[in-house]
Amino acid sequence: MSGHDAPPTLGLSTGPATSLSYHTGTWRTERPVYVDLAPPCSLACPSGEDIRSWLGSTQEGEAGFETAWRRIVAANPLPAVMGRICYHPCQAACNRGEVDEEVGINAVERFLGDTALERGWALPVPTASSGRRVLVVGSGPAGLSAAYHLRQRGHDVTVREAAAEPGGMMRYGIPAYRLPRTVLAAEIRRIEATGVRIECGVRVDSLDDAQAEFDAVVLTVGAGVAHHVDIPAGAAAKIVDAIDVLRDVASGNAPLLGRRVAVYGGGNTAMDAARTARRLGASDAVVVYRRTREQMPAHPTELEDAVGEGVRVQWLSTISEVSGPTVTIERMELDESGRPVGTGVFEELDADTVMLAVGQEADLSLLSGVDDVDVRDGVIAVDPGTLMTGRDGVFAAGDASPGSRTATFAIGRGARAAAAVDAWLASRVLPAEPVVREAEASRLNAWYYSDAPKQHRAELEAARRVTGFEEVLAGLDAEHAVFEARRCMSCGSCFECDNCFGMCPDDAIRKLGPGMRYEIDYDYCKGCGICAAECPCGAIDMIPEER
Amino acid sequence: MSTVHIPFLQTGTLAVGGRLLDDAERSVQSQADRPSSLTRGHRACQGCAEALAARWVMDTAVEAADGRLVVANATGCLEVFSTLYPESAWKPPWIHSLFANAAAVATGIASSLHAQGRDDVRVLAQGGDGGTVDIGLAAVSGMFERNDDVLYVCYDNQGYMNTGVQRSSATPPSARTATTPAVGRQPGAPQGTGKSMVKIAMAHEIPYVASATVADLRDLEAKVRTAMSIHGARYLHVLVPCPLGWGSSSSESISLSRAAVQSGIFPVVEARAGELTDVQRIRERMDVEAYLRPQARFAHLFKPGGEDALNRWRALAEANIRRYDLLGGRP
Repeated sequence: MSGHDAPPTLGLSTGPATSLSYHTGTWRTERPVYVDLAPPCSLACPSGEDIRSWLGSTQEGEAGFETAWRRIVAANPLPAVMGRICYHPCQAACNRGEVDEEVGINAVERFLGDTALERGWALPVPTASSGRRVLVVGSGPAGLSAAYHLRQRGHDVTVREAAAEPGGMMRYGIPAYRLPRTVLAAEIRRIEATGVRIECGVRVDSLDDAQAEFDAVVLTVGAGVAHHVDIPAGAAAKIVDAIDVLRDVASGNAPLLGRRVAVYGGGNTAMDAARTARRLGASDAVVVYRRTREQMPAHPTELEDAVGEGVRVQWLSTISEVSGPTVTIERMELDESGRPVGTGVFEELDADTVMLAVGQEADLSLLSGVDDVDVRDGVIAVDPGTLMTGRDGVFAAGDASPGSRTATFAIGRGARAAAAVDAWLASRVLPAEPVVREAEASRLNAWYYSDAPKQHRAELEAARRVTGFEEVLAGLDAEHAVFEARRCMSCGSCFECDNCFGMCPDDAIRKLGPGMRYEIDYDYCKGCGICAAECPCGAIDMIPEER
Repeated sequence: MSTVHIPFLQTGTLAVGGRLLDDAERSVQSQADRPSSLTRGHRACQGCAEALAARWVMDTAVEAADGRLVVANATGCLEVFSTLYPESAWKPPWIHSLFANAAAVATGIASSLHAQGRDDVRVLAQGGDGGTVDIGLAAVSGMFERNDDVLYVCYDNQGYMNTGVQRSSATPPSARTATTPAVGRQPGAPQGTGKSMVKIAMAHEIPYVASATVADLRDLEAKVRTAMSIHGARYLHVLVPCPLGWGSSSSESISLSRAAVQSGIFPVVEARAGELTDVQRIRERMDVEAYLRPQARFAHLFKPGGEDALNRWRALAEANIRRYDLLGGRP
């Protein structure tokens, strides 16, 4: 076969020239340019994972799994954990949702996380040491993430945890049927193996002492204290905090609840508490929530799972009195601004126990008497860019600082805090996060993506769930994980489908080989725009030619 | 369909290639060292689907013939834009004689090679709809009737485009051309005109007849390979949108081909010895409007008074869907 640029072989004797000598690129009024845009999944990921790139490695099958996992842990050191408990805002943002159904990113992350644990893949261990010592207070997702990322930068990191075991709310809040403790423990051990010291049962109660011992301090103390509401209650009334029940269950001291449990609140903790009550033997678990389903802060899948396990929800209701075997409920209605107001209509609900799940607060006793660290709206005030508190060298992240109270957000902020501490230790200015262009769904040519429905994870029978704390969702096997990863449309980033190369009428695109993508020969490209129109993932811009 | 079936790898069979494919599954056009029989520097208009289809067909044929392919070309855009004296954009041995005689020239080459015992060299003839359906029809029909060992490829852009967009007998009803202006009671090309060269070829009961578009590369390559595996007269008809003559954007040549197939306007079929053997089913049904509206030659269908003609297009698509079972039994 003749090469791409070989002159034509003609049987004529007149010495013909080749059309290669004529540069049709002069006709062009617009030029195609390859671009790399940010996909909506990554933009929506609070942990800052480069999802498209690790799905890309997963697509290669067995050979790509470890690379994929390494690309996850570049941002998030807890993929097996987050593959279970993350509310995956990435999937809500996924452009594939407009084609058929969003990519099951979370399930693939869990598959990679579990595979890494099975095969004992280790996190990178830094070779050089900075000689700087950093204390992280608290070992929840924010603390572990901050510690891991600080350690990766060569710092000497100590984590101090007041509880008996590390993990924070992942250990003591999230029920085991959502996150088996063996998985959590294994991923924490792996962080320790990089040289992070975790000291449990050690409460940090003096910021000054901590600063005397360490060069920098990161406060990730979480929000583990239950918020209270005043409800008139009789002597026989049993009122407990949902967060305490979850903690006791997680510590192996499951409390005795009644047969009929009312859970007051509408967040994810309320769902966890109601589902846990069912597992502890309550025949009836009712969530009492004062607003409507649309306004409920609990994640829709949590609500679905709870209802699937027999949990009932009493919408537009508040508990006005607890008198022992019953609670008095007032029906609410929404006013014009959507706020619930009492209707004066009351009813009785059989409930021998009431669990309060009306919010949590940060335990900031460490900061009592510290007047240069501001506390605003119940959380530690920080500089939004550097996450540094009012005191030099003291940073804060996670639920005890402003922002969304989810594990994925905490991991992202922990990483950000680590970068900020690192910059501060070196007296560098932390660069602002770069502004990126989003690969919007309108750029895609969905025709090229084959019809491929999401691989649904097998769920345990709802009836089986309430008998114990075994895990509810099963994982994907390798074949299905690869299939699911291949559903990724690689929004805004060339994945070498060869459409531009194959469909150029002017033969003006060169294929550079695996992983090298393509090159446009502007001497010949006429600027027709077919490559941009037929690029499945929107990785080509047409820009006006300057004259 | 003789299309290769590709497992689900992000894009399946619809894209040109894919980084996850095995070598055996690669299309000719996805290969970095493809023949590129029609080289860059040719003078086809921006977005010309004929230039694209010609490279696709030729590269596959060159590979199938192990590089031993001779090409005879009728007069037309393809000939004009590829061979401006003294340049040529063709890599395979290529000859142009007259408008009407490409099939006859190809027949002569094939007979001569056979007489010399060179049956390893294959012959391909090609032309536009003018050189095939109008001016060259007698020679094409003769080549079919004698079952000469030639693959004849027609690139159908539905008009005489390089001479200024005059009507051909492949121009569809109501299309505006220089000779069928969009004026009067029945604007554009008269209703009931436009030959189906695929049906004419099938009526000759030659070994292989197929239609294809630039919207499905793998299908087109598979058909060329199938045709090259057979000896005798073979015919391939490729719909090639023409941004100049159709009044469409240069970037729409692929998407218009897709709409032509998915609306039922252009049936993609295969026939052997006069019998229909396969049809490409509609994957995602589109209305004829998806095909017609982007084309300025049909702009009058979307103005007051255009409803009747538009409905006739819908009826035409429905008739094709029925005749070729393009929905495969789906509603």
